[in-house]
Amino acid sequence: MSEKIKSYPGFRIRTADFREGKVPYVAYRPKVRYAWSAGIAMSRFLEELKNGRIIATYCNSCGRIMVPPRVFCEECFKPADGWKHVKDTGTINTYSVSFIAGDASRIKEPIIVAVIDIDGASPGMGILHKIGEIDWKEVKFGMKVKAVWKPPEERVGSITDIKYFKPVKEETL
Amino acid sequence: MSLEKITDPRNMKHWLGHMETDYRYTLGIAGERFLNEIKENARIMGSKCKKCGVIYVPPRMYCEECFEKLEEWVDLGINGEVYTYTVAYLDREGKRLAEPVIYALITFGDAFGGLVHKLGEVKPEEVWIGMPVEAVFKPPYERKGSITDIKYFKPIQ
Amino acid sequence: MFGKKRVAIVGAGLTLFRRNLKETGKELAYEAAKMALDASGLELRDIQTVVMGTAPDAFDGVHMKGEYLADGAGARGKPYVRVFVGGGTGVFTPLAGWWHVASGQFDTCLVVCEEKMSSCFPHPAYAFTTIFDNILARPLGTTLIWIFALEMHRYMHKHNLKKEQIARVAVKNKKNALDHPCAQLGANITVEDVLNSEVLCWPVQRLDISPTSDGAAALVLASEDVAKKITDNPVWIDGVGWCIDSTLWTNRDLYYPDYVEYAARMAYRMAGIKNPPKEIDLAEPYDPFDYKELHHMEGLLLCRKGEAPKLTEEGVTQRDGDLPICPSGGLLGVGNPIAAAGLMKVCEVFWQLRGEAGKRQVPGDPRTGLAQAWGDLMQYGSVIILRR
Ligand SMILES: [Zn+2]
Ligand SMILES: [Zn+2]
Repeated sequence: MSEKIKSYPGFRIRTADFREGKVPYVAYRPKVRYAWSAGIAMSRFLEELKNGRIIATYCNSCGRIMVPPRVFCEECFKPADGWKHVKDTGTINTYSVSFIAGDASRIKEPIIVAVIDIDGASPGMGILHKIGEIDWKEVKFGMKVKAVWKPPEERVGSITDIKYFKPVKEETL
Repeated sequence: MSLEKITDPRNMKHWLGHMETDYRYTLGIAGERFLNEIKENARIMGSKCKKCGVIYVPPRMYCEECFEKLEEWVDLGINGEVYTYTVAYLDREGKRLAEPVIYALITFGDAFGGLVHKLGEVKPEEVWIGMPVEAVFKPPYERKGSITDIKYFKPIQ
Repeated sequence: MFGKKRVAIVGAGLTLFRRNLKETGKELAYEAAKMALDASGLELRDIQTVVMGTAPDAFDGVHMKGEYLADGAGARGKPYVRVFVGGGTGVFTPLAGWWHVASGQFDTCLVVCEEKMSSCFPHPAYAFTTIFDNILARPLGTTLIWIFALEMHRYMHKHNLKKEQIARVAVKNKKNALDHPCAQLGANITVEDVLNSEVLCWPVQRLDISPTSDGAAALVLASEDVAKKITDNPVWIDGVGWCIDSTLWTNRDLYYPDYVEYAARMAYRMAGIKNPPKEIDLAEPYDPFDYKELHHMEGLLLCRKGEAPKLTEEGVTQRDGDLPICPSGGLLGVGNPIAAAGLMKVCEVFWQLRGEAGKRQVPGDPRTGLAQAWGDLMQYGSVIILRR
């Protein structure tokens, strides 16, 4: 009865009202910390990153080679059939250029983030990572990229063991 | 598949993190008035449904039974009675408290609901269910419009 | 065939949508629920069951938020459930209400959605960090806007779209919202304003995004028997659909929401709709970002893939166009208290079909309308089809 309603409830306040003490409130900061276990598939994946390699799992029923690897095929709903190394190169599926940090503050050097379809995995099997060694204005869809790894002694078994992906010429792959 | 177990526990992978959030809870329409009455006038108020006659404490903006908006406020005084209580010997982290703290649910006459608060000026073994108690307020200049503006409830002599 | 009983909407309620509201979550839920009840002519004692929808507990900062909100939603002492499917919640909640009544178990159901995002600061986006993969995405510093930007860019690339074509959605919806009494961000802006607004995460700019908001919305549902007794103009829930994809969003082509299409086909089949663009008179697709409206129009089969920007350009989606889209002003204009925003869309379709939308009324005596919400990691779609 939108048109028949004379007024809509809601007492508007401004964010500044809190600062200025015009609106009383109770403040609270949760004191919780988390440790997320990586699980079966991710533990192996991260171990392999430490070795400078990307590993996938595959499913013989649908023939998919899956990155990030999982222990089950969500299409066939059965255990994956095994592990398989894939390349550390890929293609930019989509990308974006972030000018802000997590708290919405401006950052000096924009971050290029991309979904990279990994070579050797099934088509469209991408991972999220950053793009480097290129001006953001030069990035293109379909661009070939290759992982830039941290030196072995600095790797800890994390997705950040890959510093970023950098553009490469097709023939050098 | 060869779901090889990683046998070395040091290789157990995990990621540490937390949610970087802070919260700011407004007191709401009824809550703001309730705490303001404690702060300014050192009195405990309830809100009353004209239709059902129910008096709610802490006061609500609406009647849970009939959904009327509650405009009528009732001064409940500062005296109540212990409805139930517990004696805490450990703090939130599980450490032994120097002095046990008595927490009670205090009701006010026929009002629906009650307040959870501490009991003071009384030993655990002296408390009894049904014991009349009265609110002890902080001095006006220390009151901030919080439930802790009431220091505790103490037995009525 | 589809459920035992036909289900009608017989009343709707809505609070203001604002960046900060003083009311507690319970009080907001109460205001919307009470308004919907008053509009339906029913009283709380006539309500047999209550379904609550509200997004993550981390926004309100209240664990067991469904339980916390129950008395404000009029649920004390009644069968009650809280449902949650991320951003899809607002349209999913009346779907859950529908099956409560369609099953024959209840004759009346109060549906309430609430969100109080202002509790969480400095920005509710922080509460979102844990939706991302803890192992693969969070260590990279992933923010909420990244994922939208990646999807938007892929959509633009696939259909060779320019930002101006997408910005028109923000212009339209903020303008529509000027006529909405609850709107937070109604405004007359231009395509240039959008293109000149701060670039946050290319291609996402400040004016491409809906705000964060506090607010609540509610509906009263009734079985056919009850509805016919209490109103001459019930609005029927004739189609429902919902669908989820996995959280492995980097494994699918983001240019098209297959899960929305699946949900839409389910709803169309139930409503007997063969030709959606012809048979749907107005639609409220989910528009937390301007491109999302276009994306969802396509997923809802209201046009061909990649055609939504053209229809927008031609004015087809304006309130007086052939296929009005987001006549309310949408999330971009009215505001985005997540679950309440989705239900606001259902309220809008309800008011439009009853001819009660006032200044927002779309011409042509609309008979069939659709609302849709989207949620989670580019993975959830919920669709409802209403008929007069
Ligand atoms: Zn398979
Ligand atoms: Zn009452």
